[in-house]
Amino acid sequence: MTEPLLRLWGLTKAYPGVVANKDVSFDIGRGEVHALLGENGAGKSTLVKTIYGLVKPDSGTMTLEGEPFQPAEPRAARAAGVAMVFQHFSLFDAMNVAENIALGMENPPPQAEIAAQVRQVSDQYGLPLDPDRIVGELSAGERQRVEIIRCLLQDPKLLIMDEPTSVLTPQEVAILFETLRKLSRESTAILYISHKLEEIRALCDNATVLRLGQVVGTCDPRTTSARDMAELMVGSTLHVPHKEDKPAGETVLALKNLSAKAPHRFGTPLRDIVLEVRKGEVLGIGGVAGNGQDELVAALSGEMKTAKAMIHYKGQPIGNLAPNARRKIGILAAPEERMGHAAAPDMSLTENAILTAMTREKLTTNGFLHWAKARKFAEGVIAAFDVRTPGPQNAARSLSGGNLQKFVIGREIMQAPEVLVVNQPTWGVDASAAAAIRQALLDLAAKGAAVIVISQDLDELMEISDRFAALNEGRLSAPRPAAGLTVEEIGLMLGGAHDMEVAHVDA
Amino acid sequence: MDLSSINPVLLLASLMVAATPIMLAAIGELVVERAGVLNLGVEGMMITGAVCGFVVAVGTNSPWIGFAGAALGGALISLIFGFLTQFLLSNQVATGLALTLFGLGLSALMGQGYIGIKAPAFPDWYIPVLGDIPVIGPIIFQHDPMVYVGLALVAAVWGFLRYSRAGLILRAVGENHEAAHALGYHVVRVRMLAIMFGGACAGLGGAYLSLVRVPQWTEGMTAGAGWIALAIVVFASWRPGRLLLGAYLFGGVTVLQLNLQAAGAAIAVEYLSMAPYLATIAVLVIMRAGRAPGSLGQSFHASR
Repeated sequence: MTEPLLRLWGLTKAYPGVVANKDVSFDIGRGEVHALLGENGAGKSTLVKTIYGLVKPDSGTMTLEGEPFQPAEPRAARAAGVAMVFQHFSLFDAMNVAENIALGMENPPPQAEIAAQVRQVSDQYGLPLDPDRIVGELSAGERQRVEIIRCLLQDPKLLIMDEPTSVLTPQEVAILFETLRKLSRESTAILYISHKLEEIRALCDNATVLRLGQVVGTCDPRTTSARDMAELMVGSTLHVPHKEDKPAGETVLALKNLSAKAPHRFGTPLRDIVLEVRKGEVLGIGGVAGNGQDELVAALSGEMKTAKAMIHYKGQPIGNLAPNARRKIGILAAPEERMGHAAAPDMSLTENAILTAMTREKLTTNGFLHWAKARKFAEGVIAAFDVRTPGPQNAARSLSGGNLQKFVIGREIMQAPEVLVVNQPTWGVDASAAAAIRQALLDLAAKGAAVIVISQDLDELMEISDRFAALNEGRLSAPRPAAGLTVEEIGLMLGGAHDMEVAHVDA
Repeated sequence: MDLSSINPVLLLASLMVAATPIMLAAIGELVVERAGVLNLGVEGMMITGAVCGFVVAVGTNSPWIGFAGAALGGALISLIFGFLTQFLLSNQVATGLALTLFGLGLSALMGQGYIGIKAPAFPDWYIPVLGDIPVIGPIIFQHDPMVYVGLALVAAVWGFLRYSRAGLILRAVGENHEAAHALGYHVVRVRMLAIMFGGACAGLGGAYLSLVRVPQWTEGMTAGAGWIALAIVVFASWRPGRLLLGAYLFGGVTVLQLNLQAAGAAIAVEYLSMAPYLATIAVLVIMRAGRAPGSLGQSFHASR
């Protein structure tokens, strides 16, 4: 075998109280697409930050093309030919595309030249992008394109991609994979981090699995099943959510031509949404981010009031009820953004539990709080949903994303809702936590509640939904039984990669 | 009331002078805020600059060296703020307020022996040809050099933010410090430099009061000019062009109301004194468009 492009040897990095990476070694060859797998907290982020020069390892060495490689800062890593697309985009909303790209380059040419290069590269790789647009107004898929093109303009030898597909439609994923394969053929190596095992099977040549900071195995993803890889990651048998077939119950929630203006400048108006949700069913709503998901959740939870007759609950019009009044009658919601929307980051878990469970769990009398009862409720959520935290007195901010998500969803489920609305229930959550959350949603439906799951993860929706509908520019398609839907049909329901076609016309 | 006693040419000429100290302090604060730091200590840095400039100018008998001393003094006192907020991660609002109080006290102490002394003269420039143009000449081209230094600074900051690589990085740091850090930019270093620039500019603004406008040292002589500078930055939507407009508007109404007072206008003096503040805020609120830098006022600490 020829000399690898990048060799990691015995990398170790410890933080107070936790060893993030322990003796990690593996090779990445030229043009190889190498998957890095692991649950949240397995040390993937620390490892790629080490390669990108953001983290200094305590011990261990790296070599790039046979030369010792110790980037002191990202600048040095970029100069050596390593580029990275971040999970949480490292973009500047108030600036335009060309300025954002210039910030990621070492010696950027003048703006006009960057604009020309952007047009050229975006054409070459089928990633249409207008260099003069303000980044804050772009969709998630377009924002990712900005990051990718920023990397490509530097002609990298190694491209690191951290969870790149979580916000894309199937068609957009297909286009991204085409781009990545093309890069790989041009002998750019790609280090690909994802939770989505099927994607890794479709794209990657090799996979290294991390667990608790250590390499626990390598495999060839093309010949290893997704289940085997998941079990390697988790270190135990993975529980796959189990759905029982059951007859549909009566309608509990009905949306009658629900329309609403966009709540803010970058929002989406809701347009004539008609929907009936029955007892005991899981209704999945798919769609690319920014097509009215947040607005629909707000209208259902009561955060955004609508005309009274637009929403009926058990035959009663409730469109004008505020969130607490809806909670009282059994409609609960868990919004997407867990830090700051679903939970107050600097308040304890007990306090966060009080914030939504106050009414249904009777945690107050005459305006005074029952702290003991609230703590017990929070402890109950922590125990039932396996939230890993020292106790309910800890601030929400101190929990990892997956753990906080389990708490936020658990808090609503433990209140025994009759209708539960969740938005992106497993966003950024690792495989085992995601499976637990999905199972909890299915169990809730089995007990007779109506569950509305809004998600961009189609695999998830197909796994748990009884019926599936798609949101596109604030309109909801007619729901169809989820069993038997193909990816192409779903893609069409989502409106396909419509923004890309538009962009092609521009180009 | 005798309005004929108001000479419009003199009025407009003194407008440029009245606007200069605020403009100097505001352009410095604009850069600081575009880097994502909210320094409420402008008033304290201004008055420190006023006393430093005065002491140095009297000592050396050179206004130019005085201004240099003022810039240095302002930058030095801003370093206290920078060290506390950027390295010890103290709250920016509280630290800025403390800096104002500290600056007022420190300047009173430093200026004790200098009350009643006159500053060395700082003659107006007489620009040949341009200065001879009737009306426009006396209004625009017959001022002391600092008026033009102030204008040049505003233009330089505008060009720096818009066209230079360093300006782009500064804006990036202010817009999203996490992302800037992830791309390998030195958030704290950029911010420290911006804070020092802000301090130096505020110092120049203060010294303009003590060396040109008054020109004497008295305790608390900035009299809220630093707060106006802060307000102008916000209402100008963090844009240098609008900042210039705001400063001139404020200067203009200030001069006008003083003239009206002198002419014996039948409006209570208190209302006239309010006028510049009300007019500036009203106009800039109406024009207001744009948003604050994304990371304004947030402490940055590189984690993991």
